Amino acid sequence: MSLALDTADAPILEVREVAVHFSGLIAIASMSFAVPEGEIVSLIGPNGAGKTTAFNVITGFLKPTGGKVLFRGTDLTRLSSNRIAGLGVVRTFQRTSIFAGCTVFDNVLTGMHRQGKAETWGALLRLASVRAETERMRAEVAEILAFVGLSHRADELAGNLAYGEQRLLGIAIALGADPKLLLLDEPAAGLNPSETEAFMGVVQRIRDRGVTILLVEHDMRMVMTISDRVVVLNHGRIIAEGPPEVIRANPDVIQAYLGQGVKHAKG
Amino acid sequence: MTTRLLPWLFVLFMAVGPLWLGDQYILYVLTSTGIFIIGAMSLNLLLGYTGQLSLGHIAFFGIGAYTSALLSLGFDLDLGGAEPFVLGPQPVWVAFLGGILVAGLFGFLIGKLAFRVRGAYFVIVTISFAQVMRMVALNWVDLTEGPMALNNIPPLSVWLPWDGVIPLYKKEYNYLLVLAVAVVCFLVIQRLVQSRVGRALVALRENESLARSVGIDVTRYLVVATVIAAGMAGAAGGLYTHYIRIVDPDVFMFIYTVTMVIMVVTGGKGTLAGPIVGGLAFGILPEVLREVARPEVQWIIYGVAMIVVVFFLPQGIVPAVKNWFAGRRKRLAGTALGLRKETSA
Ligand SMILES: Nc1ncnc2c1ncn2[C@@H]1O[C@H](COP(=O)(O)OP(=O)(O)OP(=O)(O)O)[C@@H](O)[C@H]1O
Ligand SMILES: [Mg+2]
Repeated sequence: MSLALDTADAPILEVREVAVHFSGLIAIASMSFAVPEGEIVSLIGPNGAGKTTAFNVITGFLKPTGGKVLFRGTDLTRLSSNRIAGLGVVRTFQRTSIFAGCTVFDNVLTGMHRQGKAETWGALLRLASVRAETERMRAEVAEILAFVGLSHRADELAGNLAYGEQRLLGIAIALGADPKLLLLDEPAAGLNPSETEAFMGVVQRIRDRGVTILLVEHDMRMVMTISDRVVVLNHGRIIAEGPPEVIRANPDVIQAYLGQGVKHAKG
Repeated sequence: MTTRLLPWLFVLFMAVGPLWLGDQYILYVLTSTGIFIIGAMSLNLLLGYTGQLSLGHIAFFGIGAYTSALLSLGFDLDLGGAEPFVLGPQPVWVAFLGGILVAGLFGFLIGKLAFRVRGAYFVIVTISFAQVMRMVALNWVDLTEGPMALNNIPPLSVWLPWDGVIPLYKKEYNYLLVLAVAVVCFLVIQRLVQSRVGRALVALRENESLARSVGIDVTRYLVVATVIAAGMAGAAGGLYTHYIRIVDPDVFMFIYTVTMVIMVVTGGKGTLAGPIVGGLAFGILPEVLREVARPEVQWIIYGVAMIVVVFFLPQGIVPAVKNWFAGRRKRLAGTALGLRKETSA
């Protein structure tokens, strides 16, 4: 009980008054929200609301015009993207992003980079420690592939996978990096309903492994089913924040966003 | 098992075959081709594995050649002080290692630069780098003798139990030495690209954003690759300089970089065997053609051969052969499966 209170007090991620301007265009006006440890938090909003931009800021791919991003108290805005990943903040990309020319197995093995220590000299001398490390990592790759259900494709070139499999592989690569906080940018985009269903399961199982998840997703059924908390972004501002039931009933949200969804659902 | 032994059988064949033939001209061709293959292997590390096109790669070769030559000959340098800086002749192997080191140092600088200027700009910067080096070699006459060239460079030496230290004047020894250095370079590249470091390099080639998103410090690994590639090219330059025993500014000519790029691309960039296959093919071809055709026809045939390979095997010879074998194995497995089905039915 007290544990739950503690984690509620200290969020794993805190976005504080982040602003992003692109030469005149205001992509994010001022955005503040927090992600409690161990939860699935969804960031939703219409196209162009600034969700991907927010991800880029959190993971160091973009320096914000103002504001701070605190991960367990460390300000991420000063760090390079690979350092941020090194802390355990790992993202996936809205557009499918894989190492197309490598095998599925090597994709995940490459994703595990930060879990290895072998450097140039160790590799050249084939030190025993390096060989042991490689063995360990290969075993974990097999485990991750089984987890997302891609074991049977391990030796296939990633570029040859079907679209849905490539989306899964994107997540497997990110899992290889041993995330503490995983940011998923529209993981279910372009998937059919049964694939989306399977994806929901995967995301929930990742959370059950103790990984906190920040999710951007347009599929409202997925968002409302698996989220512990939802943050709604519109025109670069946060217009609502709360548990799914509350968000669903919020008139501003319905106006800005869900209205479209309802229309789509009916039409 | 066989695939593990095959490279060593090839090395054994290369070590024994030409010596057995005993033809001095063939040895000369193979030695200079071998030196270029080392250069091509080092270029492949950058072009094939990290995906960075450096069209100034010959600069590292030339820097290695000049540094090793100067260190082994000794030189004095008027730095504007009262006394000129004088360095006596150094042992050849010290000079050779010095060449590798200095080339590696320039590799470090170029690697750092590669992340500030990308794509076409990087290509231009690297070409200019080689051109500037050529200008320096031409005009810093006090140090390099300019177009008069550095002459009488001592050959590399080796210690043999029955002879003591002997300088390597003989073609046979030089050939074996080049082969040995090539094997070492091959092993270094093989171990590197099959390791965590190599996967980071390939990740940079395949998808830089994704690489960064999983925590790969792409800048750092690119610099590591450039330093190693430059050092190897420097070693090739050192072998060249102590073999030919004369070095002039033409060693920095653009055409040599082009030759290495051709070797890598036709053989198969991003494969271990590619530069060797492409290097042997396009290193020996001109010599074969020289026997049978007039000079202008030689170059036309050379060009056509290159275009044919690139056009029909865009991935290069090695991947094409690999795919063919894989396809055949699959077809064989397929027919076997078909047979089994028939018998079970
Ligand atoms: N690099 C950039 N330069 C200029 N403008 C940009 C850049 N990146 C994003 N934008 C703009 O910023 C705004 C927010 O874009 P963003 O990609 O963050 O939206 P999003 O919420 O992810 O939308 P979607 O649901 O379509 O993915 C858009 O108006 C977009 O055009
Ligand atoms: Mg987006």
